[in-house]
Amino acid sequence: MSEQKPDRGIRLTEQQARARRARSIAIAVALGVLVILFYIVTLVKGPAVLVRPL
Amino acid sequence: MSLTTAHAEPSIAGVCDYIALMKPRVMSLVVFTAFVGLMVAPGQLHPVIGFAAILCIAVGAGAAGALNMWYDADTDGRMARTAARPIPAGRIAPGEALAFGLTLAVFSVVILGLLVNILAAVLLAATIAFYAIIYTMWLKRRTPQNIVIGGAAGALPPMIGWAAATGGLSLEPIILFLIIFFWTPPHFWALSLYRSEDYAHAGIPMLSVVAGPTETKLQILVYTLILAPLGVLPWIIGYAGPIYGVVAAVAGAAFLALALRLRGEQHGFTACKQLFGFSILYLFVVFAALLVDHMSAVLFGHLAA
Repeated sequence: MSEQKPDRGIRLTEQQARARRARSIAIAVALGVLVILFYIVTLVKGPAVLVRPL
Repeated sequence: MSLTTAHAEPSIAGVCDYIALMKPRVMSLVVFTAFVGLMVAPGQLHPVIGFAAILCIAVGAGAAGALNMWYDADTDGRMARTAARPIPAGRIAPGEALAFGLTLAVFSVVILGLLVNILAAVLLAATIAFYAIIYTMWLKRRTPQNIVIGGAAGALPPMIGWAAATGGLSLEPIILFLIIFFWTPPHFWALSLYRSEDYAHAGIPMLSVVAGPTETKLQILVYTLILAPLGVLPWIIGYAGPIYGVVAAVAGAAFLALALRLRGEQHGFTACKQLFGFSILYLFVVFAALLVDHMSAVLFGHLAA
């Protein structure tokens, strides 16, 4: 009976892993900025945050 | 355009490649003109709301740039000036660029609408759609008037800034729109004069490719003759002060002198390169003068009170 090799999936090269890590950090930073922006704007606008005039 | 990835390999695109996809140099001019539009508008806008507006306009401009690069990847690959862009260079797959552009477009418009106002969001959506669909997909490969009509997209940011600050529009932001609108043809045609072979190779019917350099130089002069007085108009109608008036008049006269010199140049590309470089300076100087003029009027108003 022949022994099957385990499927190891896609193995990232060092460059690919580095690029993926940089992209992940950038997405995290962008989301963080968005959360902070919404928080501060809510404080600035107060109850008027729900008013949307044209 | 293919939506599939160009290769099955995991992406090696770095953050810099995605930033390049957003055309940061174009974005900087968009942000600056939108900022001036926002600052010179009447009324008071909270700095945080102003920051949110400028951020959304910047991201929206980046979205338009990414969608443009997605659609133009084939022609970009045939031009020396653009062959190193992330998609033709193979660092970002077309589908990734499309998803990136659409995501940024939706987020920037929705957040501008939620945090600032609906009119500014509608104008930003129109700008992105105009640049990506009307200019990139429809006009660019079909007519030598591509950048004349497409220039409207680049001219809208001061109106978005004004709308973000006031919630409305008036004559003043429309004049700012017209200044950029009539500035765009001389700016791009000066570039196309010394990149004519590149554009011809890519199959893009720029005026210099279709009608030749003599006609292009004439058209540059005609648009500059409209632009120079238009630049002074905010001062003439009393919307800007003498600081702006003098700067706009001198800058307009210099622009006109360079356009005349270009028309007289028979050989070489010195005059068109100078005009192209000066056109960027012109837009920056005119809008900076408008900002300084407005800020000094506000300052003197406070001191007098």
